[in-house]
Amino acid sequence: MPSSVRLQEMIRVIRSARTQGEERGIIQRECADIRAQFRQGDNGERSHSLAKLLYVHMLGYPAHFGQMECVRLIASTRYSEKRIGYLGAMMLLDENQDASLLITNSIKNDLSHNSQYVQSLALCTLACMGSAEMCRDLAPEIERLLRASNSYIKKKATLCAVHIIRKVPELAELFTPSARSLLSEKNHGVLHGAVVLITELCEHNPGTLDQFRKAVPELVQIMKGLVTSSYSPEHNVAGISDPFLQVRILRLLRILGHNNDTASDAMNDLLAQVATNTDSSKTAGSAVLYETVLTIMDINSESGLRVLAVNILGRFLLNNDRNIRYISMTSLQKIVQTDHNAVQRHRGTIVDCLKDQDTSVKRRALELSLALVSAVNIRSMMKELLIFLSTCPPELRSHTTSGIFNAAERYSPSKRWHIDTILHVLTTAGGDVRDETVPNLIQLITTASELHCYTVHKLYRALVKDISQQSLVQVACWCIGEYGDLLLKGECEEIEPVQVTEDDVLDALETVLQSHMSSPATRGFALTATMKLSTRITDNVDRIRSIVSIYGSCIDLELQQRAVEYNALFKKYDHMRAAVLERMPVMDKNSPGHTNGDTSGEIKEPDPSKPKPVEAGLLSEPASQVCDLLDLLDGTDTPLQPSPAPTSNPTTTSSADLLDLLGGLEPTPVLTETVYEKNGLSLKIQCDKQTETEVTVTLIGSNSAQNDITNFTLQAAVPKSVQLQMKAPSGNVIPAHGLGQVTQTVVLNNPNKVSLKMRIRVSFSNQGAVHQDTVQIDSFPTQASQTSVSPL
Amino acid sequence: MMHFLLLFSRQGKLRLQKWFLPLPERERKKIVKDMTTMVLARKPRTCNFLHWKDLKIVYKRYASLYFCCALENQDNELMALETLHRYVELLDKYFGNVCELDIIFNFEKAYFILDELLMGGEIQETSKLSIVKSIEASDMLQETEQKRRSEHPSSSEIIQNTTCF
Repeated sequence: MPSSVRLQEMIRVIRSARTQGEERGIIQRECADIRAQFRQGDNGERSHSLAKLLYVHMLGYPAHFGQMECVRLIASTRYSEKRIGYLGAMMLLDENQDASLLITNSIKNDLSHNSQYVQSLALCTLACMGSAEMCRDLAPEIERLLRASNSYIKKKATLCAVHIIRKVPELAELFTPSARSLLSEKNHGVLHGAVVLITELCEHNPGTLDQFRKAVPELVQIMKGLVTSSYSPEHNVAGISDPFLQVRILRLLRILGHNNDTASDAMNDLLAQVATNTDSSKTAGSAVLYETVLTIMDINSESGLRVLAVNILGRFLLNNDRNIRYISMTSLQKIVQTDHNAVQRHRGTIVDCLKDQDTSVKRRALELSLALVSAVNIRSMMKELLIFLSTCPPELRSHTTSGIFNAAERYSPSKRWHIDTILHVLTTAGGDVRDETVPNLIQLITTASELHCYTVHKLYRALVKDISQQSLVQVACWCIGEYGDLLLKGECEEIEPVQVTEDDVLDALETVLQSHMSSPATRGFALTATMKLSTRITDNVDRIRSIVSIYGSCIDLELQQRAVEYNALFKKYDHMRAAVLERMPVMDKNSPGHTNGDTSGEIKEPDPSKPKPVEAGLLSEPASQVCDLLDLLDGTDTPLQPSPAPTSNPTTTSSADLLDLLGGLEPTPVLTETVYEKNGLSLKIQCDKQTETEVTVTLIGSNSAQNDITNFTLQAAVPKSVQLQMKAPSGNVIPAHGLGQVTQTVVLNNPNKVSLKMRIRVSFSNQGAVHQDTVQIDSFPTQASQTSVSPL
Repeated sequence: MMHFLLLFSRQGKLRLQKWFLPLPERERKKIVKDMTTMVLARKPRTCNFLHWKDLKIVYKRYASLYFCCALENQDNELMALETLHRYVELLDKYFGNVCELDIIFNFEKAYFILDELLMGGEIQETSKLSIVKSIEASDMLQETEQKRRSEHPSSSEIIQNTTCF
């Protein structure tokens, strides 16, 4: 029985297996057969056994025991055996297998074989699986074949050279000389290979790229020949003469013309010709046009040509063929930044593509639409995008929502529009928004103070309708908590009035608290909102109290903690409740307290259980005092640098120990000046380092009085252009009788080289009395001068 | 360049696989699985291009077989469609009205034809006629050799010179 039938018979038998197990059994038997065959040695049947093995391999079964057989068959003198052997090598041996090296010698021999078909087998295999070592070994051979007279071999050698360059880039120089001469070939196969080879050489080495720029006229000539040639049946595809070659040449021209005016000029005419004359009714023509457009956009083409290119892409957008619409959008995406206006002209068509059936087309249309949003078209584009959001496939939703938010942030015409848009997105696709949306939206709402009433009404209505969208519910709860009084007032110009009672509001919040759909973060929001309402409503405070106390035993630790703290607020700190829960100030987006992208619910809103507003009050108080201080410094408004808290609170003894270490560092008499002396406290300034723009000084406080000075702090202010950095002081207690000192280093950065001044405020306690005083230093001690101190 | 070319049936059975990059066996199996899942999930009137990792996947269905290839970023997708079509035309010319069974039972010939069309992930010949002639000549070489062997089983085999093409 002829062996091919035996192979086909085996295939038939395997296919007739009814179960996976049966198939495995058959395969096992066959493999055993094959192994026996291999062991038998040369009997004319080896190639068929290997072919059977390759089939088994394709089904997914292991076939590594055939590797050595491939090596043997390749070395055979029979063409049929070589053919299968090489095929086996390409399928079973890759560069990671050790056996692959063993075929190098056979390949070498076959490269110089009498028969071109044997040579072709060797070339093909080398180009498919040749490792770097094999490539290095055989590169000279390939280079020789590049100059062969046989076009069949030449074209294969060219592509083999391409593979070698990819594997071993250093060998590129070996092939550069021959590559150029290959361009004068008439045979299309060789020409195509030559263009691929030159492209590869240029991509690897910019020096070679410069060299090949001289070939641009030649390439242009070849292209012209293809475009204007008469019908050639051998290379014609749908009316285009050899589109494969045309596309490769265009790609090479793109690389050569990129960033080079001379080369770009030389190809302008050709590109215009191809762009206008190519018939794009079939895929081949469209492919050539597509490549032409890519080339035009990537080189330094004249503006008329660029407009032509964008128009071609616009025409593609209207094509019936979905593939062409898709690639047109990918191309437009690449140029939307650089040729924005040209692409804007096709906005309508692009937006229409949002409604296409195909998800890939939709995705491209979405990206392009987002790139085309501008201040001018924001309203109409947003309308389209929102419609798209309601019908878009789930995998595109989060991309759409982030795109919408970005666009809204950049171009929103009004705050109310912005808030409306975000609310719309949250109701439609609340589950797919990114995490920073909630804090961003809250921040936006606080800044739009005139819209608080409108916003809270809208959110309340949305909440009542649906509590499944967590982001929406969180924002709604926060707003209701904050602006509940506006909600209950009932009147709002922009929305039809609806009477909302306190019970309604508390019902809504309680539903959120109890619903199994609410995430822990959401419930945290709801609980805090309920608590805040206790100062904004009048009748149902008891109801709030009971809600809050229930959650004092909640299993969720966060909720429990909150409830317990709020309870405490009711019981022990009721006098502070109003102050703690009052309206939040407007949040500045760039304030240090603003966190972005943090997903834990509690950070998004201030925790009123900690007296933060009270703290804010305290902070503002010294600030106002500081302003007074700074007023004297020519009205500068440099923020005062409070001295950082001492890193430790040393007791008297330990500070003495600390200062003992510093005892050896007596300030050199020349560079220290006393700037203040009163009530036993004396303050010295010592210049440590002075450069053109930077001065480092140390302030030294010492105490000659009978009692210790405690809570000793220094604050400093400098002129506007100077930057001040105060290091931590060594301590804040100065022992009496001059037994110790407190030092603090200050670095002043003076880039504008203004005259340095510094105002220091000293504050300390002595015998229970708090003292505060100010010293102004008008000039700093340098080696040449004395400090001048102005009394205050 | 093309990274790989796969042929698989509507049930996801692999009929041909050509890899132009060295990848371990496990990796190849995974890619085949990913491709079949992705391509078979596509609805009928959708476009033929997909994105997968950083590659462009171009696929086309011919009767019961899916032809699927992976391209790099700068490759022309429309041209890849033409390449797949060219391959189908060659198979058709060779087998005469090719169907899936032809490719199943003569897979090695399908590979030989592919090796005349593509090499190292690039097109090697743009003339259909040229490729057909080469395949015919190779087959002829094989046949004459086998005939000679059956007629003179004892003589040593030497492959004849063939005329340059």
